[in-house]
Amino acid sequence: MKLRMLTLATLAALAALASGPTLGADEVVIGDIDDMSGVYADVMGAAGVEVVKWAVADFGGTVLGRKITVLSADHQNKPDIGAAKFREWADQNGLNLLLGGSNTGVNIAMAKVAAVKHVPIFNIGPGGASLTNEDCTAYSVHYTYDTVALANGTATAIVNAGGKTWFFLTADYAFGTQLQAAASKVVEARGGKVLGAVRVPLGAADFSSFLLQAQASGAQVLGLSNAGTDFSNSLKAANEFGLTKTMKPAALLAFDTDIHSLGLPTAQGLYLTTAWYWDLNPETRAFGKRFYAKFNREPTMDQAGAYSATLTYLKAVKAVGTTDADKVMAELKRAKINDLFTTGGYIRADGAMIHDMYVMQVKTPQESKYPWDYYKVVKKMSGEEAFGPITGLCPLAPAPK
Amino acid sequence: MTTVFGIPVAAILGQLMLGLVNGSFYAMLSLGLAVIFGLMRVVNFAHGAFYTLGAFAALLGLQWLGISYWVSLLLAPLAVGLVGVVVERLLLRHVYGLDPLYGLLLTFGLALICQGSLHQVFGATGQSYPVPTALAGVVNLGFMFLPVYRAWVIVVSLAVCFSTWFVIERTRLGATLRAATENAPLLQAFGVNVPLLVAATYGGGVALAALAGVLASPIVLVNSHMGSSLVIVVFAVVVIGGMGSIVGSIVSGLVLGVVEGFTKVIYPEASSVVIFLVMALVLILRPTGLFGKD
Repeated sequence: MKLRMLTLATLAALAALASGPTLGADEVVIGDIDDMSGVYADVMGAAGVEVVKWAVADFGGTVLGRKITVLSADHQNKPDIGAAKFREWADQNGLNLLLGGSNTGVNIAMAKVAAVKHVPIFNIGPGGASLTNEDCTAYSVHYTYDTVALANGTATAIVNAGGKTWFFLTADYAFGTQLQAAASKVVEARGGKVLGAVRVPLGAADFSSFLLQAQASGAQVLGLSNAGTDFSNSLKAANEFGLTKTMKPAALLAFDTDIHSLGLPTAQGLYLTTAWYWDLNPETRAFGKRFYAKFNREPTMDQAGAYSATLTYLKAVKAVGTTDADKVMAELKRAKINDLFTTGGYIRADGAMIHDMYVMQVKTPQESKYPWDYYKVVKKMSGEEAFGPITGLCPLAPAPK
Repeated sequence: MTTVFGIPVAAILGQLMLGLVNGSFYAMLSLGLAVIFGLMRVVNFAHGAFYTLGAFAALLGLQWLGISYWVSLLLAPLAVGLVGVVVERLLLRHVYGLDPLYGLLLTFGLALICQGSLHQVFGATGQSYPVPTALAGVVNLGFMFLPVYRAWVIVVSLAVCFSTWFVIERTRLGATLRAATENAPLLQAFGVNVPLLVAATYGGGVALAALAGVLASPIVLVNSHMGSSLVIVVFAVVVIGGMGSIVGSIVSGLVLGVVEGFTKVIYPEASSVVIFLVMALVLILRPTGLFGKD
């Protein structure tokens, strides 16, 4: 009898202790799942996590009297890893907000988890516009940029500059194909023609064969519907083969880290679209300086976006006085966003964060006066012009009649 | 213009040319792997990492010490080869008598450490290495414009592959190496320093990978994971040619480069898998590889 009581008591005590890792009941938990070691690791990556911690510190470290904790994980560009980690944090760590890093495929998988777990997700790194269309959820916010805005910016600029016929080199996954579709739409709407396209496996080592096909098409513009190392390698090869003398390259997605790797002699003259640039105004320059001191390079738009997204969320939580996901999402879609990332930005019913986008042209080596002085502003597009009207493909935002 | 199966002849010739360029890389890398496996029975998964190290040696040599491309072609393989010898002496020699799986795991682990360290220090995006001025520009072949540098790559690879084959198959040193594979204790009884020979062989195979890395640096961005995707393909090439066959690795490297090139024209989406399809076919029909002896 005594032994049985002892056993029961021990089991009860163990059960109480084994309630799992801290549920974070009195903490606000922010998670960042990103590519920390692969082709997109420099775009947001480990530096992005640090920037999120800065935002938390700048906000005061606590919200509603609760301490704010930041978690991070590497999704290794695999959707199942990203989704599993998100689920684990939501179940065991009391996650309140997830920041999604690069890779559209992973973010689509994670958005589905957000809908099930009722945890807001800010898609900061990915481009695929389907995140606010077919793949939209009530808990996702597509923050920094999307394939529609990139196409409206860069493709329009190039067609206006005379590039009417296009040939696409497309990364064969969700992001690449969506970007090609968006750019083709812009080209055809402006009286241009798409002469052909070739789909290249993600991370291909050599682009020379595909570039040869592009050259054979006789198109005026080489549409590079890829990103990261794919973009840099294909542009480098295009230069080497003398393709850039007869075809104009269209950098549909490029970050300043890519321009830095390529060097201005190779990248000069490229048109690209960005949501943010470190050298736009005193506020952005201050953030750039702070980032440079720690990481010895200037921040990308994704890193600035991560900072802004964290602050935006914390402000919303403070305003509604709770971390309840539905109330916070309602506030997020009501309030305006004014910070170093954007002025007058707002989150639309389908989850898209509408804000100004900039069409830039990469400077020539002679025009560049100091390190990372890479872009000159060609055009500032309003959010409505960049992101276009509501398509009606997202059930949360029916198209206006 | 004349077409074959709907594809212009000019396009086919162009892809053939490019396939030869890629094939030369495959040939040189798989040659190093075949030499190491043939003479040491070690599955060197670290081959891709040594290729990356060769490229970084060239890049850093230029940035920190102002070493030109031409000097790097000699120095980088030597330096990386020395690293290989150290690795062999300190780590690899402990797994020789064991299941080949241990050698595979050890070299795989080394590759990951190398990649991770490079990533930690240099980031993921990679850096540009300039094409040497003597090799810049394009040459008009009529059916395509071929960059001079790529023609150079073909020439160097073929020369290196031929010389390696010649040394192994036609010289006394090569004969000694081949004897070491067949009966090491007997050879040692003849007074040959077999451990030194083995270390030098590993260093040599690794130096070949590093040379491929130097040749690749003006073509691709030098980054920490440039070797990892390539090494899997190279393994497939070696399996097709026959593990341990020198001639097999050279010939299949070149042929598969061309096959991959054609796939890129006919059905580009399959270009990253076609070599593995060929490997599966060869393993079914002729498991020892096209030129294999075992």
